[in-house]
Amino acid sequence: MGKVGIIGVGQSAFVRGYPGSIRELAFEGFKEAMQDAQITSKDIGASVICSAPEYDKQRSPAGVFAEYLGLTPQPTVYVETLCSSSSMGVRLAYTLIKSGLHDIVAVIGFQKMSEISSAESQERMGRGADIQWESPFGTMMPAYYAMYARRHMAKYGTTSDDLALIRVKAATYGQINEKAVYRKPVTFEMFSDPESPMSVPVASPLRVGDCCANADGSSCVILANEEKAKAFSGKPVWILGMGAASTAVNMAGRDLFSGLTVGQDAGEQAYRMAGMTPKDIDIAEVHDCFTIAEIMAYENLGFAKPGEGKELIKDKETYKEGSIPVNIDGGLLSKGHPIGATGGSQIRTIVLQLRGDAGEMQVKDPEIGLVHNIGGVGLYGNVTILGR
Amino acid sequence: MGTKKEMDVRFGEFGTVSFTSTTKVNDFIDRLKQGKVSGNRCKDCGQIFFPPRADCYKCLASNMEWFDVSGTAKLMTYSRLEYAPVGFENDLPYSIALLDYGDFKVFGRISSDLPENEIEVGMEMKTAVNELPDGQLNYVFKKA
Repeated sequence: MGKVGIIGVGQSAFVRGYPGSIRELAFEGFKEAMQDAQITSKDIGASVICSAPEYDKQRSPAGVFAEYLGLTPQPTVYVETLCSSSSMGVRLAYTLIKSGLHDIVAVIGFQKMSEISSAESQERMGRGADIQWESPFGTMMPAYYAMYARRHMAKYGTTSDDLALIRVKAATYGQINEKAVYRKPVTFEMFSDPESPMSVPVASPLRVGDCCANADGSSCVILANEEKAKAFSGKPVWILGMGAASTAVNMAGRDLFSGLTVGQDAGEQAYRMAGMTPKDIDIAEVHDCFTIAEIMAYENLGFAKPGEGKELIKDKETYKEGSIPVNIDGGLLSKGHPIGATGGSQIRTIVLQLRGDAGEMQVKDPEIGLVHNIGGVGLYGNVTILGR
Repeated sequence: MGTKKEMDVRFGEFGTVSFTSTTKVNDFIDRLKQGKVSGNRCKDCGQIFFPPRADCYKCLASNMEWFDVSGTAKLMTYSRLEYAPVGFENDLPYSIALLDYGDFKVFGRISSDLPENEIEVGMEMKTAVNELPDGQLNYVFKKA
């Protein structure tokens, strides 16, 4: 069996209040990827549909999408691992192709978060944690990640100012990404300005500015076996390494609170499969659902030693011109985080970068890229290494 | 014959909003009412669990005995919430936290009478049963 390549990528604009149904939202990412791959729906052997459930009235969206996108009578299946659903979908697509069952598989991620209120959304996301033993205390995603931030600060001396620098970087690139939901600049001073929404406390030590933007959006990644990838695409991007991991859903069942074991574990697997080390990575997309998550990702992926992630951002090493550019599309913080679409969107960003098609966001000549996508509060982790 | 089996829904009394009411470890609630916060231990292999569970993943036995959480533990981390999910608005502000007892950890809330400026990672705390205004039960962490 040969390699598996990515021959098409697409995403909708990430927006607040998408004015259409979920199938119409999915069509936007799918259309862009199909035009990118220059194939027809008859070329696709199977589809994998990814999102976090409970945001939609529609049960079992896979069949609905397959019909709307012209992907019947081919098989379709729904995959979910919360915020890493579409990275897990790509992992499944890889196995479907490697096994020889299908030549070309489309992975479609989506989320329409705006159908419910922000407080309802927090309640649903909070129920991605342990509903029996933790949710009755009133948990939500920002508070869980805030507990990681607090521990990181106590253990390593990371500060709220360090976290603010992550958001400032995200906004730098969100402004030049026409698909981003948050396109305004964010300055370091806003975090100490009581008049700025960025400084408003959410769950200490995290403020509004430390939290990603909810959004509606869709993404699509089209994968093919080596023969088809070479036939259809002038510039296929190859999957070189993949890793995936899980851990205890409840905090009481974990040992590490200054990093995410799923990020470490998935990263180690992906590096091993690719035969690479962190030094080989030219550009990365990491799961910055909260500012602290990006600092932990630097450390969990080996871009920095434990506790030294803050130095990377202080030295601007993760900016476009730095030694390891990270989230040069605005990240989840500014591009937005439509849960089930996020992994596919991250992969799209890296594919465009490796092909040299990233426009104003283009990093100078990257050859190897890494995608780090986390589900829940470090409950699931996927790392994917891509190369030209 | 023909009568509907009555469900044991005691777990519905746990926390501000309980999302599940039926579990095989429902005696946890009775023990809370007796002032005890309890974990359990597998009688076959000795594995300790908090939160308690009906089944041991190590030896696959379902043969548990209760133990009471006692003594002091270190505060691993916490967060004070200024926003709350639906159903918890009236509790604001409150802090969720994690204590490390060495053999196990306990996730819960910090007692609302402890001022935030007295909370510090690493401080010694203890776990105590707490009754909420509407009669629901949970447990909170107090300064040791």
